[in-house]
Order: sequence, then C-alpha cells, then structure tokens
Amino acid sequence: MSTSHETPPVKLDARVTLPRSGFVAAILTVLIASAAVFAAQQGLSSYVVTLLALLFINAALAVSLTLTNGLTGLFSLGHPAFMTVGAYVAAILTFPVTRKGTMLPGLPEWLAATQLSILPALLIAGAAGGLLALFVGWAVLRLKGHYLAVATLGLIIVVQGLANNWDGITRGGAGLSGLPRLVDVWWAFGFLVLVVAFTWRLKFSSLGRSMMAVRENELAAQCSGINPARLKILAFVIGAVLAAVGGALLAHLVSVITPKTYSVLLAFNLVVMVVIGGSGSIFGALLAAAAITILSEALRPVEESVGLYGLSQVIVAVCLIIVLRLRPSGLFGSGEPGLVRRLYSGRRDA
Amino acid sequence: MSEAPVVEARSLEKRFGGLVAVDEYDLRLERGDLVGLIGPNGAGKTTAYNLLTGVLKPSAGRISLSGRDMTGAAPYLMARAGLARTFQNIRLFSDLSVVENVMCGGHTRLAASTVATMLQLPSFWRAEERLRQTSQEIVERIGLAELAGQRAGDLSYGDQRRVEIGRALAGQPQVLLLDEPAAGLNPSETRDLVSFIRQMNEESGIAVLVVEHDMHLVMDLCKRIQVLNRGKLIAEGTPEEVQGDAAVIEAYLGAGRKERAHA
Ligand SMILES: Nc1ncnc2c1ncn2[C@@H]1O[C@H](COP(=O)(O)OP(=O)(O)OP(=O)(O)O)[C@@H](O)[C@H]1O
Ligand SMILES: [Mg+2]
Repeated sequence: MSTSHETPPVKLDARVTLPRSGFVAAILTVLIASAAVFAAQQGLSSYVVTLLALLFINAALAVSLTLTNGLTGLFSLGHPAFMTVGAYVAAILTFPVTRKGTMLPGLPEWLAATQLSILPALLIAGAAGGLLALFVGWAVLRLKGHYLAVATLGLIIVVQGLANNWDGITRGGAGLSGLPRLVDVWWAFGFLVLVVAFTWRLKFSSLGRSMMAVRENELAAQCSGINPARLKILAFVIGAVLAAVGGALLAHLVSVITPKTYSVLLAFNLVVMVVIGGSGSIFGALLAAAAITILSEALRPVEESVGLYGLSQVIVAVCLIIVLRLRPSGLFGSGEPGLVRRLYSGRRDA
Repeated sequence: MSEAPVVEARSLEKRFGGLVAVDEYDLRLERGDLVGLIGPNGAGKTTAYNLLTGVLKPSAGRISLSGRDMTGAAPYLMARAGLARTFQNIRLFSDLSVVENVMCGGHTRLAASTVATMLQLPSFWRAEERLRQTSQEIVERIGLAELAGQRAGDLSYGDQRRVEIGRALAGQPQVLLLDEPAAGLNPSETRDLVSFIRQMNEESGIAVLVVEHDMHLVMDLCKRIQVLNRGKLIAEGTPEEVQGDAAVIEAYLGAGRKERAHA
C-alpha cells in the first residue's frame, strides 16, 4: 500500500535496543531523590519525615493500583483488604516472642515461637496478599462485567470482619499496637522506587502492552492470541502483592494495625488518585498521590480546629469531580507526559 | 495423503433463540486459497466469522485448523493456531500507537515469557527488540511508516483498517479472515488494498477469506466464492459460476426488491 499523508514524518529510531539513556536518567533521579530524603532526615522534624514516608508508601500504593486498574482496565477496590492481610501477617511475624504468648493466645506454637526481621516478614506478607488475590481473581475475573468492584468491596468487609473476630490471632477490634518500628523513611523510599521501576518496565514491555490491549478492546486482544483472563489475574495478583507489602510497611511505620486502619475510604482515595492521574499513567498516579496526601495532612489542623471532620475528604471528592469535568481521562490520560517518557525510556514511543 | 486444509468447518450452525443465523455452513481453505464470502445484509457472514474464530460457540458443527479439532476453543487459542481476523466495526487498541497495535498482534509469537519480563532478563530485551523490528517492518509494509508513533484512534478510517490488517499479520497467521476490509475506503485506497491482499496471499501463501459487499472487488480478487443467504450456503464456485447462478441472482434481487420497498 502506498500512502500520501500530510502529517510530517515522525522520526523513528529503530536502533535503540537497551534504553541506556533512560536507565542512566532513572539512576540519577534515584540518587538525587535519595540526597533529598537524606537532607530531609537530617534537617526536618521526625513528624515531617514520617509524613514523607507515608507519602512514599501512598504513592507506591497508587502506582500499584494503576497497574491493576489503569493498565489492565479492571476496577478493583481491594487494596485495603490486601493491605490489611499483609499488615497482620507481617505484624504477627515480627512481634517479639516474649509478648506474643500472652497477647495472641490463638497462635499455633511454632508461630508464637517465631520472630522474623522485617524483610522476610514483608515477603511473606506479599505472598499472602498474592495468594488471596489469586483465589479471588480466579473466582471472579473469569466472569464478565463489573463483579470485581463488588467482590473486592465485599472482600474489604470480610477481611475487616475476620480481623475483628479472630481474637486469638488478631486481638480483635483493639488491633495490634506497639509493633516494633522497623520501617523508616528509607524503607518507604525503597519501596516506592521498586514499585515505580517495576510498573514502568512492565508498562513498556510486551506483557504490559498486552494488558493495555485488554483494556482497550478485550475481544480484539483475544482474537490476537492474547489470553485476557490470564493477564487480568496476573495484574490483579501483582497489585495485591504490592498492596500487601505496602500495608505491612505502613503498619511498621506507625507501629499499629487495627481492623479499621485500611478502610473502604482508603480504597476510594486510591482509586481517586489513579483516576485523577489518568488511568494507566504512572507519573499521574505519583503526582496525584503526593497532592492528595499533602492536602489531607495540611487540612488536618483545620479540621480539628473548626471541628469539620471529613473536610479533606470533601475536597478530594470535589477535586475528582473538577478533573473529570475538565479532563475526563485524567491529567495525563493513560500515557506518560512526553518529557518524562523521553527521559526514562530513551525513545519516543517506548 | 495431502496436507490437511488450514481451515475446515463442517455443518456449522448458530441459533440466536429462534433465529438460525448460520445453518449448515461448510468451509475448506487450503494454503494459498483466496476465497470470497458474499451475501445480502444479515445473511450471517459476520456470524460465520465469529464461529470460525471462536468468538461465538457453534450450536452444532465442527471446526478444525490444520487437521486439529478446535471446535469450541476460545478465540485466543484459535488465533494461536494460526487464525487471524479483522473486524467489520474496526476494533483497534485506540490509545496505543500504530506500531504498538501491531506489536500486540505479535505478542504471543514473539514476546518473552512472563518470568523473563518481570526479571528483565536478557532474553526479554532480545525478544522485545525482535518484536519491535518485526512490527516496524509490518508497519512499513502496510504503508504507515510515517504514522508508526501516532495514536491508532486518531488515524483516518482507511488507515485504521490497515492497522487491523497489520496487527493480524504480526501473528504470522496461516489464515486471515477479512470482514468488509474495503468498507469506507475511497477508490484509490481500495485499489491499494486489493493489490496488498493479493500480494500477501501470493508471497506468503496465507489463505484469505474475504467478506465484502463490493462485488467488483470480490469478483476481481477471489478465485472462489461462497454465497450465503439467510444463513445457508446457496452457491459456491468461481466468480463466473456464481454470477450466473439462478439462486444467487434471486437472493440478491429479492433482497434488492425488499430494500427498495423499505426505502
Ligand atoms: N449476537 C446476536 N444475537 C442475536 N442475533 C444476532 C446476533 N448477531 C447476529 N444476529 C443476527 O444474525 C443474523 C446474521 O447477522 P450477521 O451480522 O452475521 O450478518 P452479516 O451477513 O454479517 O450482515 P452485514 O452484511 O450487514 O454485515 C442477523 O439477522 C442478525 O440480526
Ligand atoms: Mg457483517
């Protein structure tokens, strides 16, 4: 076929294999950000540093949800459920043996006698979240329609109920407090870097493209040889693993976990971050997560002094409505801003 | 014994409630075949495609690809067995670029495994590069090199149809089912399309089945033609045979008469 298009030719560089310049840019960014974190740790109050850690984990959670909901086009609300599971699993594993016996009488002996450091606890927490997601995803994702939103919403309630009532292992509604404070801002930062790098590389791989193909047109994807059910479950499970690790990190940052810590409200906030950023946009999710976290923290004193609790929630909702009115596909659509993309991929169309 | 046909469908039937959309449909495509499937609106052509590609499960009948029974298999398995298609109502991955659309078509054949992707192993980078190169070549073949980085959803109608064909070719299929590929194209685009299909069929031996309302195109392009009316095959043969067939003339004139009556 011959063409006669008026559009100016786009220069395509087919030579670039390994996007080396992108790799270098990513390393430099991490180094600069590390320096900033270090400076913050030295110069700012511990309250602000903890806040920064919170922001990092929130951003990582939003990006992980972008992978599930944005790239693959699912509508999962399940993050708080997986975070709760991850947090409890990790907390039970890191809790000092000396206090476990009395506080958690329901634990089997081998568990009561086990005390792990944070890294293995996080890995096991992630695996637990992933297994739960595999089970739920397998049951729900093969069905057509919007069952996933309903099922994951239900999952939050079920997990909360379980944490509330399984006294011997969870201490019920009181939750587990006095967790060893094993997570600092560096853990949070490391987690964020890992999640962003992983999601970015996935997005710009054939696997990620196929996930987006499923989002764009499931039937066409299927007729191109892509197995949508498999990719959906994969994206759901990966999101859940990251959520479980994030939940465990948060619990060990603030050293407490209760059944209500990660609620439906959090699911709403995370979905809003993804939608405002643009479904599938990693950069958008990062930006939105940072903005919403800072906004809610900044408004907290206002809420307390005026007695208007929930003000920040209202503002988040209003922001969502405004963004959806003005830019229905979010700030950056499903893509990354051109500059960011060029910088970190080393090619225009990565 | 000779090679098994790339597609063999026997007595395919599809019922929607009381309506029999496809009835006793038979198809046999050998390597290098170029067959037309024609019939009035609502004859069941798209439904037949949906059956062949696994999008719809047949109410009765059997489908085999290269001698392997695939009756009732999911579309992605049909595609992996070498069956590719385009859609009457274009179905692109609108938000992805042209070359990315084509790359998706090559995913199953060329992409690295999930594990290699997640761990970013060297095999991943090699596979990704090969996929990109192959897709880039296909984009050039379909004449869209200049638009490779454009968002597919922003392309003109004719170009979108090309992307669909490119995506289908990226899977290196043995059979290509085209559903009204010339619909909405202008005469020069249509000429390009015809020569492209012919060239693809001759050079790589891909068997092609074309549904098309443009009779000149079908008669000119195809070596063999099937005529479907109300779900039933009413004729099959060379363009000359089909054009002279009384039942075919009746079906088209009858439909024509009805259409005129509706207008
Ligand atoms: N999913 C469905 N449910 C119910 N009826 C259907 C469905 N799909 C198709 N039909 C009916 O089956 C018949 C055949 O439709 P089909 O789309 O296969 O025709 P076609 O030959 O492709 O027509 P056209 O040339 O207009 O594309 C029509 O009467 C149509 O209304
Ligand atoms: Mg049709």
